Amino acid sequence: MSKTTRDVPKYQQLGLTSSEYEAIGRTLGREPEDVELAIYSLMWSEHCGYKHSRSTLKKLPTTKDYVLQGPGENAGVIDIGEGKAIAIKIESHNHPSAVEPFQGAATGVGGIVRDIFAMGARPLASLNSLRFGDPTKPRQKYLFEGVVSGIGSYGNCLGVPTVAGEVYFEDSYEGNCLVNAMTIGILPKSRLITAKAKGIGNLVVLMGSKTGRDGIGGASVLASQEFDETLQEKRPSVQVGDPFTEKLLIEACLELLDKNLLAALGDLGAAGITSSASEMASRGGVGIDIDVSKVPLREPGMSPSEIMISESQERMLAVVEPKMVSEVEAVCNKWGIPATVVGKITETGKMDVYDGKEKVGSMPVISLTDEAPIYDIEPIMPEYIKEVQKMGDVPTFPEDMNATLLKMIGSPNLCSRGWIWRQYDHQVQTNTVVLPGSDSAVLRLKGTKKGLALTVDGNGRYCYLDPFMGTQIAVAEAARNIVATGATPMAVTDCLNFGNPEKSGISWQFRKAIDGMAQACRHFDIPVVSGNVSFYNESFGKAIYPTPTVGMIGLLDDVEKRTTTPFKDAGDLILLIGQMATVDGQSDEEIFSLLGGSEYLKTIHKRIEGLPPELDLDLESRSQDLCLEAIKNGILSSAHDISDGGLVVALLESCLYGDIGAKIELAVEEESFVKIVVELFNEAQSRFIVSLKEKDLGEFGEISKEVGADFMVIGKVGGDRLIINDKIDVSIKEMKKPWEEAIDSLVE
Amino acid sequence: MKAGVVIFPGSNCETDTYDALNYLGFNTEYIWHRDSSLHKVDLVILPGGFSYGDYLRCGAVARFSEIMEEISRFADSGGLVIGICNGFQILLEAGLLPGAMLHNKSLKFICQTVNLRVENNTLPFTNQCGAGEILRIPINHYEGNYFIDDEGLKELEDNSQVVLRYVDENGEATADAAPNGALANIAGLTNKSGNVFGLMPHPERAVEEILGSVDGAKLFLSAKISKEAVS
Repeated sequence: MSKTTRDVPKYQQLGLTSSEYEAIGRTLGREPEDVELAIYSLMWSEHCGYKHSRSTLKKLPTTKDYVLQGPGENAGVIDIGEGKAIAIKIESHNHPSAVEPFQGAATGVGGIVRDIFAMGARPLASLNSLRFGDPTKPRQKYLFEGVVSGIGSYGNCLGVPTVAGEVYFEDSYEGNCLVNAMTIGILPKSRLITAKAKGIGNLVVLMGSKTGRDGIGGASVLASQEFDETLQEKRPSVQVGDPFTEKLLIEACLELLDKNLLAALGDLGAAGITSSASEMASRGGVGIDIDVSKVPLREPGMSPSEIMISESQERMLAVVEPKMVSEVEAVCNKWGIPATVVGKITETGKMDVYDGKEKVGSMPVISLTDEAPIYDIEPIMPEYIKEVQKMGDVPTFPEDMNATLLKMIGSPNLCSRGWIWRQYDHQVQTNTVVLPGSDSAVLRLKGTKKGLALTVDGNGRYCYLDPFMGTQIAVAEAARNIVATGATPMAVTDCLNFGNPEKSGISWQFRKAIDGMAQACRHFDIPVVSGNVSFYNESFGKAIYPTPTVGMIGLLDDVEKRTTTPFKDAGDLILLIGQMATVDGQSDEEIFSLLGGSEYLKTIHKRIEGLPPELDLDLESRSQDLCLEAIKNGILSSAHDISDGGLVVALLESCLYGDIGAKIELAVEEESFVKIVVELFNEAQSRFIVSLKEKDLGEFGEISKEVGADFMVIGKVGGDRLIINDKIDVSIKEMKKPWEEAIDSLVE
Repeated sequence: MKAGVVIFPGSNCETDTYDALNYLGFNTEYIWHRDSSLHKVDLVILPGGFSYGDYLRCGAVARFSEIMEEISRFADSGGLVIGICNGFQILLEAGLLPGAMLHNKSLKFICQTVNLRVENNTLPFTNQCGAGEILRIPINHYEGNYFIDDEGLKELEDNSQVVLRYVDENGEATADAAPNGALANIAGLTNKSGNVFGLMPHPERAVEEILGSVDGAKLFLSAKISKEAVS
């Protein structure tokens, strides 16, 4: 650090501005005590206070008749019928993972799982969305391997399967990797509980691990600042995970809820007891007393501030009626989980902190939560946008299309993710009926005919080029992935990863992205029920690509009708739902511009430019309706959405997963090389590759007329090669090795 | 037939195993690690998971659970015991089965479906399998690299105690076919008297068509049929 800490006022060391410090003084009518200053610095941090996002997030649609709990709780909850509900939430753990990848990612899983069982749900499955820099660089390899291993070690130990996810490698994430963890859980509707404190005189019970000095300042120092050369100094702000204790905590909490012993339940995440207690009190419109001398400690000599803000993992806070306390203790004791009364609910409207008999802090609850400052930074379109959106000259495309395809399919962003998911237990709980590697994972719901489809999608490169369109595409692609399995999209949970929100360019990206998400979600009528904002994803002043990730859940009424990516039977017809990208009469420049933002342009020509594909929301809906209706009618053998890498990569993936070939004849009328390259590799939206029996083509045609969607028959499943016109002719067996082993060879 | 699934703190496949057994027509009960009785069951199953977090050697803490004394007595008197994955590790630690587990040779956790060859189909756990039949069952572990000294291995082989071996798609026990590096490709084995069976694969994950394989059901059903034949 350039300055010694002595030169910097305490509030500034804690991440507060001078005007925020003055506002605290005005609220309290005096100078804040140490404990209070520590508490305000966390509650008013970006991470807890959402000060740069709260006003913009109001644009998102959040309600629908089946939404039981929207944003603002530990997780969103939707009703799926038959008395069952699903809790869903995604959350970032980017900065901890960039500092210490294994523990950062592991505790990211631990945190999101706690959010789920805090709602009374049994964690059912996890997903993740990851971003790193160039995986051939040693530090990026270290981060990637550490994160995957950390996610696996925590989730596997808990017995929560990790069923799906996505990972992309782009230079923009080199100084600031992204680790977004998503979990869903299932609950009987009757067990739904919230973190809303109630009942004056009720007791506050802290359950789980003892409190130590780990993770102090995680939310402020780590999550709400950019990275610079002090990165490694921030290592002590990363918490350490203990999945065994979390597993016991899950069992204990669910048993407590089944026995109806709790009035409210919340998890301890960022800012520890401070945020959990004040947010619970705020939601309930009550006051809360906390006595830090009662908190079981891992090490002696911790100050009241340290106890209040420690981010020690695997802890929960419950509100309990006094007469239930002994029963609560008995259940916790059975599971070997300490449970201690540390406070009570009051009518003061204040959070009062005691150290034994001495009151060491007293703050109006509402000043910590709803009255946290809000900043509206003027959004200004960043300079780079105009520059990158221009398409350069039409390059010379490599003649050998087979070699191009081989290079694409073995590239870090398109190759098989088997190396990752083999390290995750993706089957425990015996619900996973579509394993990782299809468009969405599908879980059966034991005891019903239903199934759940789960996916998480984002495309930072598109959002960098056009945050509005890129975010709309993320929503559309997630919905397409859900639909391709035969499920109806139900709800979104979003993780919004951006740079420093105090900058006008980032403010612009953020607002554009939210506008795009709001419009797309409204169009598809899919509510956003939970989410998380992660700002300050910058290192040395350089921001990551704006990266909103969209977690989505869909419902299948009949899980037996689920459909998967791989081609199944020789002789099946292959259909393209949607349209060809090019039209007759376009110039080469116009045709080439359709490759804007594509994986092809990046991998083969090292160019990141242009506009992302256009998205026509009505056309998208019609394509999705056709695919979904056809699956519901039981006539599709396979379905796969077209996204990264375009039509040819989608076709090849259906071949590779199915261990079978395909012969394709594309109707490209003019014999233009530019045109065929663009048709194969452009990433035009609203399209699927599906296969079906020839006898069902008539029925498929009828459905397409009903929903008004386009499709064309483009080929047949069969043989052991993928053949496209006279341009592509590759052996599936020979493509399999580079596709399957690309990550192994990168990291080993 | 009555089966009991033991729950240790950190077990996480107990529900899957319970559901699989009930699906296959067993009358199934849970047994808590602090229980002192086995509830008069005919078959005891130690399920998979991470007992005590696997923070020490896998199974090294769970073997001291109160219920383990009862399980030892049950096994000594000829009762049928199956240890799956972490349950297998507990049986090794408890000395009810010979040998030990090392970390996978890749030093990575592995979750995937493997081919297993039935090496001995005369046991109460395999009588519904053909000789040399190939079963497709998922594995899911970090410590499944079985090890025993030369003398121990000879004894296992001489007594036909090796029950399941990792094989490739042609049924050959090649070195590459054992994803974890297990000695002699051993995936499952029994004690000398053939009533205690430990295996790394998870048969409870392969009992229904919807899960992709029903081969695991054969192992459970063998136990059921052998018991019914006796009674």
